[in-house]
Amino acid sequence: MTRKTFLTENRSVFWFLLSLGVFALIITVLADGSGNGMISTSFVKTLGRTLCLMLVAIAMDVVWGYTGILSLGHMAFFGLGGYMIGMWLMYARTEIVLTASLNAAPIPPTPEEIHDAIGSQIFGLVGSSEFPAIWYFAPSLPAQLALVVLVPGVLALVFGWLAFRSRVTGVYLSILTQAMTLALSLYLFQNDSGLRGNNGLSGLQNIPGLGDVPQSHLSIAFFWASAVALGAGYVLFAWVVSGKMGSVIRGVRDNESRVRFLGYHVESYKLFIFTLTGIVSGIAGALYYPQAGIINPNEIAPIASIYLAVWVAIGGRGRLYGAAIGAAVVSLLSSWFTGGSAPDVNLGIYTIQWTDWWLVLLGLSFVAVTLLAPKGIGGLFDLIGNRHPVPATSSTAAGPDLGARRTVEGEEEK
Amino acid sequence: MTSPVPLQSITKPIECIAADTFAVPAASSPPQDFQTRLAMLRALFPALALTLCLCLPSGKAAAQDQRDLQSILQTEAEEVASPGRRSVGSVIDALVASELPQAPEFLQRWSEREVLQRTTDGLFFYGTREGDSYALTDLSTGEPAGSAPASEIEEIRPNGGVRRVIASALVQFQLSDPIEARRIEALDSIARNPSADQLEPLLASIEDEPSPRIRARKEELAGMLAATFGDTPEERIAAISALSDGVSVQIRAVLNQILSTRSEVGTEIPEGTNIARELTPGDDLTRDDAYARLVSEDLAPEIQSRDQLKAALTANIDGGTVGGVPIGALDTEEARARAYETLAAAGTIPRLVTEEDVDAALASHVFFEAYDEDDPAITDAARAALNEVETRVAVHQVADLALDAVSLASIYFLAAIGLAITFGVMGVINMAHGEFIMMGAYTGYVVQQIIPDYTVSLIVALPLAFAVTFAAGVAMERLVIRWLYHRPLETLLATFGISIALQQLAKNIFGTQARPLTSPSWLEGAWVVNDVIGIANIRIAIFVLALIFLALILFILKRTRVGLEVRAVTQNPGMAASMGINPERINMLTFGLGSGIAGIAGVAIGLYAQVTSEMGANYIVQSFMTVVVGGVGNVWGTLAGASLIGVLQKGIEWMNPSNTLAAQTYMILFIILFIQVRPKGIVALKGRAAGD
Repeated sequence: MTRKTFLTENRSVFWFLLSLGVFALIITVLADGSGNGMISTSFVKTLGRTLCLMLVAIAMDVVWGYTGILSLGHMAFFGLGGYMIGMWLMYARTEIVLTASLNAAPIPPTPEEIHDAIGSQIFGLVGSSEFPAIWYFAPSLPAQLALVVLVPGVLALVFGWLAFRSRVTGVYLSILTQAMTLALSLYLFQNDSGLRGNNGLSGLQNIPGLGDVPQSHLSIAFFWASAVALGAGYVLFAWVVSGKMGSVIRGVRDNESRVRFLGYHVESYKLFIFTLTGIVSGIAGALYYPQAGIINPNEIAPIASIYLAVWVAIGGRGRLYGAAIGAAVVSLLSSWFTGGSAPDVNLGIYTIQWTDWWLVLLGLSFVAVTLLAPKGIGGLFDLIGNRHPVPATSSTAAGPDLGARRTVEGEEEK
Repeated sequence: MTSPVPLQSITKPIECIAADTFAVPAASSPPQDFQTRLAMLRALFPALALTLCLCLPSGKAAAQDQRDLQSILQTEAEEVASPGRRSVGSVIDALVASELPQAPEFLQRWSEREVLQRTTDGLFFYGTREGDSYALTDLSTGEPAGSAPASEIEEIRPNGGVRRVIASALVQFQLSDPIEARRIEALDSIARNPSADQLEPLLASIEDEPSPRIRARKEELAGMLAATFGDTPEERIAAISALSDGVSVQIRAVLNQILSTRSEVGTEIPEGTNIARELTPGDDLTRDDAYARLVSEDLAPEIQSRDQLKAALTANIDGGTVGGVPIGALDTEEARARAYETLAAAGTIPRLVTEEDVDAALASHVFFEAYDEDDPAITDAARAALNEVETRVAVHQVADLALDAVSLASIYFLAAIGLAITFGVMGVINMAHGEFIMMGAYTGYVVQQIIPDYTVSLIVALPLAFAVTFAAGVAMERLVIRWLYHRPLETLLATFGISIALQQLAKNIFGTQARPLTSPSWLEGAWVVNDVIGIANIRIAIFVLALIFLALILFILKRTRVGLEVRAVTQNPGMAASMGINPERINMLTFGLGSGIAGIAGVAIGLYAQVTSEMGANYIVQSFMTVVVGGVGNVWGTLAGASLIGVLQKGIEWMNPSNTLAAQTYMILFIILFIQVRPKGIVALKGRAAGD
């Protein structure tokens, strides 16, 4: 009998990291930045962004697929992370530009002068020139990087604590997270929220201090950063959901009361998972938005979080690689269909233009996946290997009610 | 009232006179707007004559009728031809005294410079210039009176002062006009442009006012004019105190006008000034504002801004240093200040204004607001009246807000009740509920395209919307939701999939632009109690609709067999099935009913909001909130939730009126906190029915 290690218990980690590394290498070699030019810089950015979406999808899978909390708020954490890094990017870049122009004057500028000039440059668009209090840390990169973790983390912690302690569960909790997301996006839409209202933050693709580095190289760097973050996130979450911790949170998903009666403090487990995934979402957002170049409150609207759930559901809940694959496939297909590159289908009497019909197709295929293939794309791997994640239990020892009995993990008996 | 018929004959055109004497120029038609006004004035004369006759001894009236307009004018010919502001009164008095039916028209056209004098015989005519000659019209009959060469005609051009006198003389004719609309129009024009000379004709016209409504309006207006333009302070104070009973915008405007202030600053308060209040810098106005006021009054030197300071330094660069400080070292505020002071000490540039200077300047001046009205008794009375009025306005505003909140609550109730029923019975949250609302609204739109009569189309649209969304709901239940019982989260997502598909489908069919759903004319307009309280009829209709559905749903649930079965399934599906109820059938019917009500809500919402493919999404979150706050599976819970959210949203909007986004944010935060207190909503199911 071989010794049980983390890797032998979670063989998907090895395969995932391997394929991620190989994929990253191939892209790097073929990319514009390394001189081959077979993949354009914008496509490298798209792929880099997709890796960030995969990371947030994995986080979503842990909170939903493993813990049973259908959070419709993780894209809000994602957006907040983007806003935090965006504040520094915008401040620092404006500072460089303005310092250069002010240095041209006969008298050198004072720090206060530069600060005020940056304020009127950034906030002139929303009719203000004063720095709001939340921009206090914007000049400092380390402080904003800390905020990338802290802001989504604290928000998730406070919200989760309020929600879980009042034992809001199931559909109620989903609606409550959706309300939180809506409140946040509505707040950010206001001009006096201090984050430039519906204009959002822009010009984020220009990294301060790296003005001489071409975008083709920057895109590779961000692609690698995203890949490393995704790999690290995968390992982290694989570790969280394996072992005793993983058993408890899956227990919470399948029957919360029973786990509570067994003596576990369910709320703490849920809060830990909710906050951890919130933080990882924030980090993913901080990597995503410099590649996207612009962030505005639309990105935080509840619909984004619902799409996140859709990706995870299509990819297959309850397995990390499923969520990652779902996010990649659906978001790439989405940009392919809506970008106008998908060929129109001529039905003779009506021509289906995919820019108009893609959402209909997505919606219906989503219903179909939910109804017919609840395991999603990830379920295909079971067919190949003929494996079952959890061996079937004896069917005689059914619990006291319908909802308690499980023969397949995560699936209730009909 | 005597019959107006015989009097009307006075103004009847006597065609033969002009027709056979002079040739009528063909192209003498005056501009269109003038013709309308003329017609209006003509319509007014017989009735005016009637009113005048009624209030005068008939013998005198008969005697006056003998004189004609031309002869009256001829007695004052010089004054008519070149009127002066002070002296024109005698002509007007004579015209008013004559009570001739043509007098108002003459006054009107006189002031509009359409009256001419023929120099050959000194007679007056109406006329227009046509090339080298004038087409003349007789004053009394309105008939063409031939033409005259330009050399024989003098145009009469009353100046602005005279025209004002004439206009206010006209007002008294209008105020006694027999046509109500004209009197109201005259009152409106006075209300828009109040002036002192309108007070007397207005007071004079009150006594004979037949309509109690207009009489009240006249008295109110006279009170307002008296408050501003009364002769003695006592008169004004009495009028001001009388105003404190009202709430109208005009009354508030009048009082605020009396209380208008000007901001002043000086070393001391001048004697005899009617002070509204004294302002302390730092408390009532910021230090910066106070100092800026001193600067604008030339009482203090301007504070140099950073840019001015920098410009002054730049202008005094002297070979690499400024005021002894090397340029390179000028990158801190302190260094710049030092350099500036050196320069100022040398007298090159004005001294820097320091904080101490500002403090000293502020301390040596008083800031105050003074009333434009000098009499403190009047301003005190006006202040007291305004306070009283504003208290009353606040009370009325609360009432108005309550009406708004009730109407909003009805909308949320209609939008959410279907959701609440399905959630209560089946434990299923239908994310496509908003799209059923949209579907109902588009059904109404399509019906309106087919049936042009808005009333009929509305009557057809309501049941049709119910039928369409009922069918869609049943289809969805049969095809999708049935397979997902016991998996509520997956239902939520599956219905979301349907929601995005339906939304995009609507976009593909109806386009992205908003489609109007026009309400019938009897639903337009508003129920207005006074200037503060008012509500659109359409919102009243929605309120009634919500009441009807509340009653209907309560009836179905409490008094019918199906309702009994629905309640049984809500409480315990397994037990209900054991008692011979078919839960599948009940689920299907419930889902259809919930969706059908959403369709009805869609028509109602579409009547006052735009119909777009995204309209459902705008209501879905509020509907969820209503259900969550109200509690599941209970009609009264939904009603309570809708009321709470409606009242809350309006209340927050009232406190922060400029910002509906902030209002929504705070409302959602409140709901999240509310859930802490009552996690199962206001009306929670108790006992076994509550489940887990």
